[in-house]
Parts: sequence; C-alpha cells; structure tokens
Amino acid sequence: MPSVVRGGHALNYRFNFRDIWAQTDFILEGILVTLVLTVVTMLSGLVIGTLGAAARVHGPRWLSGIVAAYVEVIRNTPLIVQLFLVFFGLPSAGIRLDAMTASMIALGINLGAYSTEIIRAGLEAIPRTQVEAGRCLGLSGVQVFRHVVLFQAIKVIYPALSSQFVLLMLATSVVSQISAPDLFHVASIIQSRTFRDFEIYAVVSVIYLALALAMKLGFAAIHHFAFGRR
Amino acid sequence: MIREFAAIDVYYLLLAARWTLALTVLAFVGGGLFGIVVALMRVSPFLPLRALGATYVNVVQGIPLLGWLFVFFFGLPILAGVQVSSWVAATVAFSFYAGAFLGEIWRGCLQAIPRQQWEAGAALGLGFGEQLRHVIVPQAVRVAIPPTVGFLVQLIKNTSLGAVIGFVELTREGQLTNAATYRPFTVYIAVAAIYFAMCFPLTQLSRRLERRLRVAR
Repeated sequence: MPSVVRGGHALNYRFNFRDIWAQTDFILEGILVTLVLTVVTMLSGLVIGTLGAAARVHGPRWLSGIVAAYVEVIRNTPLIVQLFLVFFGLPSAGIRLDAMTASMIALGINLGAYSTEIIRAGLEAIPRTQVEAGRCLGLSGVQVFRHVVLFQAIKVIYPALSSQFVLLMLATSVVSQISAPDLFHVASIIQSRTFRDFEIYAVVSVIYLALALAMKLGFAAIHHFAFGRR
Repeated sequence: MIREFAAIDVYYLLLAARWTLALTVLAFVGGGLFGIVVALMRVSPFLPLRALGATYVNVVQGIPLLGWLFVFFFGLPILAGVQVSSWVAATVAFSFYAGAFLGEIWRGCLQAIPRQQWEAGAALGLGFGEQLRHVIVPQAVRVAIPPTVGFLVQLIKNTSLGAVIGFVELTREGQLTNAATYRPFTVYIAVAAIYFAMCFPLTQLSRRLERRLRVAR
C-alpha cells in the first residue's frame, strides 16, 4: 500500500510502459479472474434477486419484511465493509473462507440486494389489468406469468439490470483489498515489482474501460435482437 | 499489543465518521461544479460540447473508482510537480467521479422538462441561457432533488474507498481498530452500523421526496 508519494517535476518525469508490457501474461490472468468473478456474481445475484423479488411481491408478510430489511442493510452500507465482514469477520464465527470464495459470497449478496429491487420494480410495473385480461382469456396462473407478465417484465428490467451488471464488473476491483487475484490486485503486485505506479494504474484503468464498453455493447446488441422488433 | 474492543473504540469510529462526512461534502461540492458543467454541455445546442460531455461521462463511469483514486494519487504529483496529501488526491478524484454521475442525473432532469417549455421561452424572445435560467432550471431543480439525495448515499458509501490511499475515514479507522483489538466481526459490524445510520435516513428522505413529487404532478 502506498504511503509515500514521490514528488517529481512535471518536466523530469519520464513515462515508462516497457516494464508493464513485460507483464502481459500476468495482466491477462487478472482479467480472467475479474471476468470469472463478474459472471459468477451475475448468476448468483440474478438468482437471489429473482427469489427476493418474488418474496417481496408474492411472499407472506414476514418473509417480505425480512427481504426488505436485507435490501436496506446492503444498499446502505459500503461493499468494502461487507467484504471485510465476510472475509475477516466470519472466521471468528468459525467459518474460514479463501479470498475468492469470500469475494464471490460478498459480491453475490451485494448484487442480490440491488437486483431484488430492480426485478421487484419490473414485476410491479405490469398493470394488474393485464393479469386479469389473461385470466379472462382462460389462461392459468402459470400461463399468465409465462405469456403475459414475463416478457414485459424482462423488457422493463433489462436496461437497469444490465447497467447494474457493468457497475458490478467495475466494483469487483474492490476484492483486491482482500488479496483476491483479480485485475486490480495484479496491478498492485506489478506496482511493487516495477515501481511504475502511475503507468500500471493508468493501463489497468484503460483495460477496465474497455471491458465496460464491451459489456455495454454486448448488452445493447442483446437488447436489439431480443426486444428490437416488438 | 492486542487490547480489548471497548466503548472508546466506538467513540473513535464515530470521530472518524466526521472525516467520511467531510470528504462527502467536499466531493459533493466539487462534483456539483463538474456536474453543472457536464449537464449544461450535454443539453447545449453545440454538437462538439455534447460529445465532449458524453465522453467524459462514459470514461469516468467505465473505470472503477479505485482506478481513479490511484491514477490521481500517483498522477497529480507528476502533473503538479509537488507531493499531494491523500486529502487532495481523494477530493480531486471523488469530485471528478461524482461530477460524471451528478452531470448525468441533472441532464436527465433538464431533459425531463417538456420541449414546449423551451419553445415557449424562444417564442418570448429568450436566448438559450435565458430559457435555461428563467424557464427550465427552476422546474428542473424540483425534479432533481430526490435523485441527488439518493446519489449522496452512493457518495458516502464510496468514500470508504478513500481508505486505500491512506485517507483516514470510517473504514480506515475500522481497519486500524481491528489491527489493535483483533475483533474483526465486532469492529466491522460497528463500522457498517455507523454507515447505515448515515445513509438510511437519506435513503428514506430521497424516497419521500420522490413520492411527494409524484403526487404533486
């Protein structure tokens, strides 16, 4: 962790990226870990979010209350503190986790809260009359959900959820603080190997930017093909 | 030397929460200035300005806050030729970051005002600046308050990352307390509770303002 900043003069500083290019393989490994964390968390967050939203909308009162409390607690505390609680706090309760597992759990719990809210809003955006119309046509509850609610709800949820996924990918960088070997942690190791502080963080930032743009383009393409013609 | 976690530690954590709030206020003021400029650029009639504003927002929002903190922490000394404290680096990085998000929020609010309002202003012979000042902004401010309060919550939470460049706020104080007492669960629960106590009232306020706005329409 940096504690001292060397003051150089603007004109004296020579940028040097050569030492960083020498670490390309290492950087690629970090990118891979970041992507794995992102995909795993997207899936677990989606599952938690769907269950949470179902509990909020259709569940019994006590369950709905518990889920609401979970959402509020997670959304009003920082991710890094949640991560520290899982990684440093749980061992004192006898649960010992390695950095990657702790990261996946903390990120999944975090994204689960946000996606619960997003999916709940999507479900509630479907007018009651649509459901009633479906029932009037003689469709069963499941059929109404499949043919009437589902597609419309996904259409409402999709933009918010996909931008939440991009934010999640960027937020995975926080796991570097418990030494999970993601791209940002790789950056701090390369920093200590090469002492090219500014250069490595600039390079890694640009990589994140590229990943974020790629995700946005991918989600936009999916949106175009899935919802474009309707 | 490991000592017990005691009431005094909670007191120290509360004292450190002041620096969380101080950094939030600085970032909000700095980010607000950036945000106004960005929002105006994005609704301006000149394409290059709109494009520049959009690029700023996309670049800032496409890079993790941790990245910005380190880039500014190591980049400012190169740029300025002097050492910078973590106060300066954190304030600049957070302002820069918050500016993009506030700019987007406020742009949305400006654009939420119907076109006809602009046109009515133009019909009265007002220029772009006058339309903005006398017609659009007074209406947009009301729409802007709930999401801005909501973003304040994000900002309070995000200042926790200032800890990584050695800025001693609530999270960093939690780390230091943990190192002295080795009671990670208790310490981080206390830290989380203090964050919750700061953020939850704002979340509720934002929600209530939004509901009132919807009723008023």
